[in-house]
Amino acid sequence: MKRLFFPLLTLVLLVSACGTVDLDAAVPVFETGVNPETWVLIPAGEFLAGQHNDPVTLDYDYEIMVTDVTVAQYVAFLNAALSDDLLRIDGDRGVGFYPGDEFLGAKHEIEIGPGEYIFVPLNDPASRFTFDGEHFAVVPGWENHPMTNVSWFGARDYCLYYAGRLPTELEWEKAARGTDDDRPFPWGDEIARNNANYYASRDPFENMGSFGSRTSPVGFYNGQTYGDYRTLDSASPYGLYDMAGNVWQWMGNLEPGLSDRLLRGGSKDTYEMDLRIWVRNSAPPMYYSPGVGFRCVRDP
Amino acid sequence: MQFIKERLSYLFKSTKGLILVAIAMIAMETALFGMLSGPMAEYGVRDVVVRALGMDLVQAEREGRIIILYHSIAMAVVAIETYMITGLLKMKEFYKIAVRALITVGYLMAMLFGMGFAYWGHNWALHGLYIAGLTLVFFAGVLLTIALWPWQKEYAQPDPAYSRTRKGLDVERTAFFATALTTILSALFGAIPGSFFGNGFEVFLAENVIRLPEKTTMQYSIIGHLHIMLALIAIMLTLILGRWLDFKGLLHKIAMPLIILGTIVLNLGVWGVTTSLQPIAHMIIYVGATPAMLGALMLVIFTWDKLIRQGVAEIEKPTGWQKFKALLRDPLRFGPMWQMVFMNFTTSGLGIFMAVRLDEIFRLWPAREERIELTGHWHVLSAIVATIILLYYGDMIGLKGRLRQWYGWAIIILSNIAFGAVTVFEMKRLFISEATQQPLVNNLMLLIDFGLGMLLVVLALVMIWRLLDLFKKKGRWTHELEQDDLSEEVQ
Repeated sequence: MKRLFFPLLTLVLLVSACGTVDLDAAVPVFETGVNPETWVLIPAGEFLAGQHNDPVTLDYDYEIMVTDVTVAQYVAFLNAALSDDLLRIDGDRGVGFYPGDEFLGAKHEIEIGPGEYIFVPLNDPASRFTFDGEHFAVVPGWENHPMTNVSWFGARDYCLYYAGRLPTELEWEKAARGTDDDRPFPWGDEIARNNANYYASRDPFENMGSFGSRTSPVGFYNGQTYGDYRTLDSASPYGLYDMAGNVWQWMGNLEPGLSDRLLRGGSKDTYEMDLRIWVRNSAPPMYYSPGVGFRCVRDP
Repeated sequence: MQFIKERLSYLFKSTKGLILVAIAMIAMETALFGMLSGPMAEYGVRDVVVRALGMDLVQAEREGRIIILYHSIAMAVVAIETYMITGLLKMKEFYKIAVRALITVGYLMAMLFGMGFAYWGHNWALHGLYIAGLTLVFFAGVLLTIALWPWQKEYAQPDPAYSRTRKGLDVERTAFFATALTTILSALFGAIPGSFFGNGFEVFLAENVIRLPEKTTMQYSIIGHLHIMLALIAIMLTLILGRWLDFKGLLHKIAMPLIILGTIVLNLGVWGVTTSLQPIAHMIIYVGATPAMLGALMLVIFTWDKLIRQGVAEIEKPTGWQKFKALLRDPLRFGPMWQMVFMNFTTSGLGIFMAVRLDEIFRLWPAREERIELTGHWHVLSAIVATIILLYYGDMIGLKGRLRQWYGWAIIILSNIAFGAVTVFEMKRLFISEATQQPLVNNLMLLIDFGLGMLLVVLALVMIWRLLDLFKKKGRWTHELEQDDLSEEVQ
């Protein structure tokens, strides 16, 4: 029996690991009171950028969304883009045109030429929207959650459609940090579990024994108490929510020789170290995930 | 007073005492600081430890803390290898004493003052002492290299069973020398950029810049440094194992030149990343790694063959099963070689697979996924090196009978469970989606924590046993005090 202990233990654990995950498990519905249609002005001026606090000046004003783009907002865009022929259904994908990147032939660079690229997958069980062949609709309960499973192309076109664009890293970072100090998180120097939605943060939307961490409604961490769960007000100095955790956010700036697109903010799936303002992630522009979303900026 | 004097004499003057101190220091550091990340942080243990010990963890300084943590553990591992080398190979007594004194003071300073600086506020005097510790370790390395100089008559190899030149040059000693020399040169590839970046203010972790299309020479230097230092620690350990297990014969004669060639070419490739050779540096590294790994494979074949032969010596016509049992009868001598083989499944093979399919698979994933592979890859490699040291240490302290079996097999099985689970965790995106991965992740984490946690428990039991032994008048330590020359225990 002793000899069988370790093999049996391993077998039991592996078998239990094969259990199915209910991706449609009910989600708690909370109204945060934060309006995702709100934009805030970021005035021109200097701020401290990056981990090493380099002084950087952005010499123009811009506006940025107070929250990530929600599933409801993006579904409205998908239906509008479909009727405007900006979005085409190609098998199990929604695709749209992108004029292409400048290709420098750098090591590991993927050539992104002019053509149609995926905006959203249509049959991914982790998506929070449905498509019946003619119309897109929100899966009930997920209306005010951040839009996920959207590629960089899909995020970019959403912003362009509403006369905006994806933020550059510096624009995003300034909006997250403000201009007063070198804080690592949008709300300050330290992070508590009820500051943001991150891996194993014990929020009402996660079940680490089953489906793991899920998104929270935009603006959820605003100091309100939801049922018996109390949040801390975690807005950035400019009043932005979810600039740390919940979903990674696509950035608009391109690095020469890098076909990847940059991501900021950390997500529900990462430890708190990735929620620090300067932390970078990246992925190819056609990548989509239940942990990646975006917000837009626009000229005032 | 005599009581303390005798114990200190054992702990800081004898080969086995010095190794015991270094293992104990690593064990304590691993146990303590391992509670600050991963699942222990999830369970809230980190917060308790930070509060209880009054640690001062500034978010922006995490990368710097980790770099000092890695260095402090690495210095202790290098010290252990140095004690083993000075105990196994002939050298002048002056060098032996000087090298041991320097490296002991050096690694202890680096560990104590470095961790003090990194985790308990920034007292720059501690940082200075940390750097002084690293410098002493470096100087010990220089002296060791001089001590290993193989072209002296007294170090010639008279026995034709071992690898040697026609003039009698000991090729194995030359391999030790080449590895020591390239180690101190490669240390500079970390030290120079470390100084350049300025007091550690602009630190970075290599896994976080991996996708930058343009890296600076200093960044390349650091990436090269961390790769080659770990590789050299592994190569030096291979040579140490060879000496312990009395590696000789035809395979020895082939393996030693291969290891020398591999070590030199490997280093040239890694150093090349900072030069115009950068575009082909990886190719040079593969060319160097291949003979070095072939040399290690020959040691594995030699050792396992020897174990089988010794195990069936009394049997006239042994069956395959009897040979297999003979191979497994002593986990402390079977284990190090098995760990080396296992390392090729979990780290080397994985690394090569990643390199070959980088653009087709791994670069289609987010950078954070790639980071998981990279950090998992070298954490496992480091931990395997540690388990091999522990297996040799078990033999060194004379574990016998059932205790030897339990200790050896516990290290092998527990570590293999953990490292196997890490490997599956690293590669999970190949077969499971983000949305459905959680149950698998939970179970893999359980296996990893179980394996590593129990391994630390085993280590803790050994350390407590050794601690209690120190209180005995005629404890095991009194015998070990007399056993300074490890070459007399070569098997």
